[in-house]
Amino acid sequence: MSKALLHIEDLSLTFPAEGGRRRVLDRVTLDLYPNEVLGLVGESGSGKTITSLAVMGLLPPTARIGGGHVWFEGRDLLALPERDLRQVRGKHIAMIFQNPRAALNPLMRAGEQVARAVRLHRGLSGKAAYDTAIELLRHVGISDAAARARAYPHQLSGGMAQRVLVAMMLACQPRLLIADEPTTGLDVTIQAQIFELIKEVQAETGATLLLITHDLGVVSEVCQRVAVMYAGQIMEVAPVEALFARPQHPYTELLLQSLLRVDRYSDLNTIPALPQITLTYGSGCRFANRCPDVRAVCREHRPPPFAVTSGHAVICHKYPEEAP
Amino acid sequence: MEPLLRVENLVKHYREGPHTIHAVNGISFDVYPGETVGLVGESGCGKTTTARCLLRLEEPTSGRIVFNGQNLTALSASQVRALRRHFQMVFQDAHESLNPRFSVRRTLHEPLLLHGLFRAESQLYEAVERVNLEREHLGRHPAQLSGGQKQRVGVARAIMTHPQFVVLDEPTSSLDMSLRIHVIALLRRLQRELNMAYLFISHDLSTVRHLCDRVLVMYLGRVVEMGPTEAVFARPRHVYTQALLSAIPIPDPTAKRERILLKGETPSLREIKVGCGLQDRCPYVADECLRPVPFYDLGDGHQAACRLARQEPQAMPTQARHGDSEGKLR
Amino acid sequence: MAETTIRQPVVTATSLSSTLRRFRRRPAFALGVGLVLFYTLVALFGPALTPYEPAKTNPRASLEPPSATFLFGTDKFGRDVLTRVVHATRLDLAIAASVGLSAFAIGSLIGGLAGYYGGLLDDVVMRVVDVMFAFPAFILAMAITGMLGDTLQNVVIAIATAYTPYFIRLTRAEMLTVRTHPYAEAALSVGNPRWRIMLVHLLPNALTPSLVQMALVFGWAILDTAGLAFLGLGITPPTAEWGVLVSEGAQRIVSGEWWVWLFPGVAIVLAAFAFSLVGDGLRDIVAGEER
Repeated sequence: MSKALLHIEDLSLTFPAEGGRRRVLDRVTLDLYPNEVLGLVGESGSGKTITSLAVMGLLPPTARIGGGHVWFEGRDLLALPERDLRQVRGKHIAMIFQNPRAALNPLMRAGEQVARAVRLHRGLSGKAAYDTAIELLRHVGISDAAARARAYPHQLSGGMAQRVLVAMMLACQPRLLIADEPTTGLDVTIQAQIFELIKEVQAETGATLLLITHDLGVVSEVCQRVAVMYAGQIMEVAPVEALFARPQHPYTELLLQSLLRVDRYSDLNTIPALPQITLTYGSGCRFANRCPDVRAVCREHRPPPFAVTSGHAVICHKYPEEAP
Repeated sequence: MEPLLRVENLVKHYREGPHTIHAVNGISFDVYPGETVGLVGESGCGKTTTARCLLRLEEPTSGRIVFNGQNLTALSASQVRALRRHFQMVFQDAHESLNPRFSVRRTLHEPLLLHGLFRAESQLYEAVERVNLEREHLGRHPAQLSGGQKQRVGVARAIMTHPQFVVLDEPTSSLDMSLRIHVIALLRRLQRELNMAYLFISHDLSTVRHLCDRVLVMYLGRVVEMGPTEAVFARPRHVYTQALLSAIPIPDPTAKRERILLKGETPSLREIKVGCGLQDRCPYVADECLRPVPFYDLGDGHQAACRLARQEPQAMPTQARHGDSEGKLR
Repeated sequence: MAETTIRQPVVTATSLSSTLRRFRRRPAFALGVGLVLFYTLVALFGPALTPYEPAKTNPRASLEPPSATFLFGTDKFGRDVLTRVVHATRLDLAIAASVGLSAFAIGSLIGGLAGYYGGLLDDVVMRVVDVMFAFPAFILAMAITGMLGDTLQNVVIAIATAYTPYFIRLTRAEMLTVRTHPYAEAALSVGNPRWRIMLVHLLPNALTPSLVQMALVFGWAILDTAGLAFLGLGITPPTAEWGVLVSEGAQRIVSGEWWVWLFPGVAIVLAAFAFSLVGDGLRDIVAGEER
């Protein structure tokens, strides 16, 4: 078992809400290993984006860390001062977001932005940097790269803009790539292209990719391991095949059963409705109020993670009793 | 049976400065009473524009729209207004399509008021309960409702006048997975209860597969394939449909798939191409594709405007080939 | 279907706790509102409580300094300054309200129509507004009063006309934004005629900046009325109006009877200041809550 590249340990986070603060992340523990693709899956409000923002140190000022650590290369990112965090960001950990055109500087040409990243992280300057930038743009599949490099972000399509961001990431050569719903809002055929691209970048650089998404289809095709989140808690972590074939947590089961697939027709009456996320929780499992297998102890506290098999962990009181 | 709605050669062009945007380029189709027709395609294909023209929220550049035997395109604005009780729309962004100052009650009461159909409060109660909301929601404002609830208010508003035809513009796009099924089940139940026909516009093909009887696939302002849903999804014959379906990720790691990857990106709508709109991107393009391509009949109402549709029937692209693609790293 | 609803504060919510919170965070706004309330009370109840008649002359008590009998002193004709200031409060506030409300109502309607329908109507309206904006409001008010004659009614008309362009522009600008909102289109699709969409759906949502402006215009109207009166236009003596009082007191500056002009002067300044604070506070509140 190789050493973890990123070790999120017991992370809790609160936000201000009516009547005090609300715990948006509750003792989240997650490991990322070198050279892998991990999917972080959950519905909106599950806390997956906030987790990544916490890793990057990009939390909004109203957020307060309630406990826990984020270990990266021997240092706790949560404890680092901004100056040191800035060294880590970009160089070691890079992130791409949902709306690619919004992530680019609207006043700077695309090629120049990539060149800047090259200058900052690869130590090149002047023409060498710009030429490298063009090469990177070509590398991510932008045809006519030299001409496109002179375009401003608003002149680029969504897919094109996302490729520019991937090029910038390549310039940084980070060890950890975080992609938060990178293809939402892009056309399906472009989505397919972008995911092909991201997979190849990951394979080529050996970086770790943390892919945040609500789309289980994407997870199935792109990721090697998956972590399932619900309302700020991790429910299950497993290799992709195992999660789909042998889901252990009741929430995961419900999630998989309520999927509509495009490649086959399912009788809607047989699909159980997925319960919605409530907003008030006790100190135990947050799925308790909606769980078909709930017990009294579930609302009080959660058990430690149980390893169903090596690499497949579930946090649920049903285990180890009902382990296969 | 007479179609409820017949669209003949609908064309819509916009001026954008010096350019002309060819949003819709001659589409024709029918919608029969009680059926659900899906209009699918990616952004820019013209599906939303088509819907807006049907509802006369925009004026078509040319073409005929015949609703219940009446030529909508020939009527005046006030005549159309009187007919609106029969065709309604559920908008994409529920939050934006509700007046923030109107209570739910006022929003739902208005259609009845405008068409002289208001008799009693019970009509409003019935409407909210039909969409699985509570009576107390009538007193609330949009800001006090969740996304799913706002969506249901939008649906309730559309069905207040018991229309025969409802256009649904991406009603599930902004919703969570967990809400989608609820909304689909609701829409199906309402359709049965009120005997309405739906035109369901979406890029969410898995929802379309579970809701629609027939489907039209659009690309660059034209229909490229149409037919019964099962036929089109199981045996797509136009290369674009095949590429579209193969691009959708399937939540099943054991499913082996080959993708048809199209080259490059969707071309701009500023020029219309003679011939197939996919000609610049298609891995199987041939000379005849550069000339206008007719629809080939595949039986049972299934048609595709692609030369490959002339060949023997093929199943879904497990046997399809990889096209050359600029989407790959070099 | 059991579904948890999400309560978010509605922008127009006016629960007691949220209102108090608004005041606590904005002392200037609270001060302004307090002053306006004070003035309103004086305007409503003051004249009934004054010890003297505002117009009754009393030559023997001419130009008495402030004392126990005459809290603000007396003017040249022996009239109690306090009484006259209080009566003037009612008049000036009434003028401010009339001006503010009519300029708001008429200007917003015109602006809304221009913004919604655009075209020739919009062009004509905007050019007229441009011309009017070329002149300072006070000058315009002077000119109109001069043309129409020195009556109270004409003063209101004149000043209201001078400020209407503000509301036209503000509402028109909001309307341009608001008319592109999907709910306007939804209103069309359920069968609303265009005029009803504009009036019932859009205009109410376009009024917020105008409401803020109205508070400011209340203050400016007071200054303008007083200014006109000081120059001998509009309201003339012996009517008790702050500007008239200041004008009467101006003659006493050199001779040293400061109480005749000071008290009405302070009344003017404080009133204008109060409305200004209220207007600024409203603007802050709206900006803070429109997120």
